[in-house]
Amino acid sequence: MSDVLTVQGLTVSVRDVALVSDVELTVGPGERVGLIGESGSGKSLTALSVLGLLPEDVLAAGSVRLSGVDHELIGADERRMSRVRGRHLAMVFQEPMTALNPTMRVGDQVAEAMLIHRTRSSRRAARIAAAELLELVQLPGVMRTYPHQLSGGQRQRVVLALALANDPALLICDEPTTALDVTVQAMVLDLIMRGVAARESALLFITHDLAVVATVCQRVLVMYGGRVVESGPVTEVFTRPRHRYTEGLIAASDLESADSGPADVGLATSAPRRLPTIPGNVPPAGQFPDGCVFRNRCAHATETCATLPPWTGTPTQGFACHHPAGASDA
Amino acid sequence: MLLRLIERTAVLLVSLAVSSVLVFGFLAVLPGDPARVALGVNASDEAVAELRRQFGLDRPLTTQYFDWLGGMLQGDFGLSYISKAPIGPQITDRFQVTLWLVVTSVVIALVVAAPAGTVMAARHRQLSGLALSALSQVGVAVPAFLAGILLIMVFAVKLGWLPANGWTPPAQDPGMFLRQLVLPALSLGLVQGAVLTRYVRSAVLDVLREDYLRTARAKGLRPFPALWRHGLRNAAVPVVTVLGLQLATLLIGAVVVERVFVIPGLGSLLLDGVSNRDLLVVQDVVMVLVVAVLVVNFLVDLLYVALDPRLRVTR
Amino acid sequence: MNRRLNPSLIVGGFIVGLIVLIALLSFIWTPYDATLVDSSIRLAKPSWSHWFGTDKFGRDILSQLMVGARTTLFVGLVAVGVAAVIGVPVGILAAMTPRWPSEVIMRSNDLLLAFPALLLAIMFGAVFGASTLTAMIAIGIATVPSFARVIRSGALQVMRTEYVLAARAAGRRPVPIAVRHVLPNVVSLITVQASVSFAIAVLAEAALSFLGYGTAPPTPSWGRMLQESQEFLFSAPRLAVFPGLAIAVAVLGFNLLGDGLRDRFDPRLEDRR
Repeated sequence: MSDVLTVQGLTVSVRDVALVSDVELTVGPGERVGLIGESGSGKSLTALSVLGLLPEDVLAAGSVRLSGVDHELIGADERRMSRVRGRHLAMVFQEPMTALNPTMRVGDQVAEAMLIHRTRSSRRAARIAAAELLELVQLPGVMRTYPHQLSGGQRQRVVLALALANDPALLICDEPTTALDVTVQAMVLDLIMRGVAARESALLFITHDLAVVATVCQRVLVMYGGRVVESGPVTEVFTRPRHRYTEGLIAASDLESADSGPADVGLATSAPRRLPTIPGNVPPAGQFPDGCVFRNRCAHATETCATLPPWTGTPTQGFACHHPAGASDA
Repeated sequence: MLLRLIERTAVLLVSLAVSSVLVFGFLAVLPGDPARVALGVNASDEAVAELRRQFGLDRPLTTQYFDWLGGMLQGDFGLSYISKAPIGPQITDRFQVTLWLVVTSVVIALVVAAPAGTVMAARHRQLSGLALSALSQVGVAVPAFLAGILLIMVFAVKLGWLPANGWTPPAQDPGMFLRQLVLPALSLGLVQGAVLTRYVRSAVLDVLREDYLRTARAKGLRPFPALWRHGLRNAAVPVVTVLGLQLATLLIGAVVVERVFVIPGLGSLLLDGVSNRDLLVVQDVVMVLVVAVLVVNFLVDLLYVALDPRLRVTR
Repeated sequence: MNRRLNPSLIVGGFIVGLIVLIALLSFIWTPYDATLVDSSIRLAKPSWSHWFGTDKFGRDILSQLMVGARTTLFVGLVAVGVAAVIGVPVGILAAMTPRWPSEVIMRSNDLLLAFPALLLAIMFGAVFGASTLTAMIAIGIATVPSFARVIRSGALQVMRTEYVLAARAAGRRPVPIAVRHVLPNVVSLITVQASVSFAIAVLAEAALSFLGYGTAPPTPSWGRMLQESQEFLFSAPRLAVFPGLAIAVAVLGFNLLGDGLRDRFDPRLEDRR
């Protein structure tokens, strides 16, 4: 094996309520993997448990291994985890407005990332490297500014610069563009892609935006109710979804109309097409049904669905559904 | 930045002016005739008239007010109605004594509150945090003079380690000065520390929830260094505010503690002034205390700017 | 809100209730007349006949403590009443007036913060003579600023709600809006603030009586009992312990009650005490 990240049987729970169950996930070297799902599907918790930064009363079990780190990450003590974080594994968070320390100069915050892990020989060298990193994210001359003097997009680029500072083997981005203006999104996404490509870092990209996954990722995992319900290459999953939830998700997004372009426009204007939605709401955490987590919202559900659907396919491409789309309908 | 400085200075000057009118109005106008008050109801009308003439109390009130204010600005606090001695030198002497006491107790309060509040916040779900929290709640309920009495009972009466009361100027005998300073400063500082601990706790709790602290952890900082490097300055802002606001309470607390430990500070001067019915002394001391509070709060306001860069730009 | 145990509220309520009961009981029964001087039993140690002993005049300590509770509660009630009667309208007014009058109100309010309860009470004592009445009023006035501040911030929130905006849009006059909408919504804030101010009043009264500017003899007061105990710190330290404990427990009770009420009304703040 040479996967950068290997997650096996990851379960995250709070007071005996499972929020994430049996997640299997691998990311190969330099690979860009997407993790999609609605809010509450457990995607952010999955990322935080990889990083070991779950809130106090939330517990993770299972196995998380990272290449280049000779120990298990789940349950590792703070001393060992702090050597991994920011060095082998870095993260960009959703909310750029609050992710930076308001009382510290931007340059110092980037330089600190390198000083903590002693990847630069001196404070001076770290500052020079920080200036270069900031230039790389197209923010020249911001070393001495404070976060409040920057816009949201600019701040997110600072966070990206400090995440990339130590050439991590894996970069995790948790909805990095959700809080940004549409106009800035493309630029930040582009900088993320170029940043990981230049360092040959692997990327785990979390989002609920299917269009973003389609542009950024090679492979995708779909999460619902704390479980991975489908995975595979992006083109495969988006064009031939097997799990009924994936199918609904893709139908509900305007991915197709956006992709198919002008051909559809005539049709859309003549009879405004109402976007199909998935009936019902995402249940609150811990109140998903037994068996198939999606069955209470699924039009194809039968009694069989009361049992947990087995994983069909290979570890990197497959689905967990009793009545998959594209098969003879039940 | 400059705008803020100008604005704050204007607020300070107006506050000083208004409070001087309040103090003058309350202590010089409201009692009717300070000379009568000083000499008592049984004094002869001639004696009262004599005192009024001597101290210019027969002049119009506005003249008296500006005379008092102008004098104070030049360091002339007037003469005592009773002893006829100048009040200024007394205030200077006594102020130093009170300053020692208050500054030492602020240091003690901070030394107690900063670590205790941080531990309480970091362990707010564990037993140790809850125990500390309960302890601080008890500390808040103990008034400084009671703490003083208890400390005397333990360290002066039972153990005999420290003197029960008294005051020696530091220049005269530094050793004795320190020994006599310990108990009063502790009684004021520990109680203030208990109050402050609760504010430190909530400030640190707020900071712990901040995203930038998670960013710091994601960089590879361990929990305590992350809090130290990224949280401290941010948590300091609300704590400094409270410290500034508490100064008024602390100064007046010193008045009572001085009484417990027989310390010749501003408090004793104030209380002596009240019992001697020497209203000008009372008026001067109250004004000095109020000026001290207002000036310190002005400085605290400026300190924010040093702590929080967001306030440096004028938006 | 989940109705789980709120230890602050329970303990605080219990202590305050106990003090109120003791104060009420002291009207109909105390072991001895609290002001009865008996030189034959001066400075008696605690015994079956005098549970907490006697003071330098031979007065029963327990009886004095019981009547002292009455004094404490009375001072607290009047002081908090004065503070609420002035502070609540001022706070609501500051929230409802346009920018600059409201600024002036709050600035003068802040200025009053430079005069803590004890200082104001000493000034009152100097001018009007020391008595329980001047003490109560001075403490009350000194607690106005914190009342006004809290009520203003609460009222500001109410002013931004849609039903108030709707009422204003419908042309209702400010006073009916204040009485109809704002006041009922800040009642919980008033309760919390009253409890916290009560603790401050108890502390201030004790300190004042300790200095000799509060409750005049022979009316028993915890603060003066402490002051009288000072000359016997070497020979009879228990004289300081009992009134000291009474003051601390009372303040603790009101503080806990205030905290508990705050948690009850606003569970979001629970972790932030």
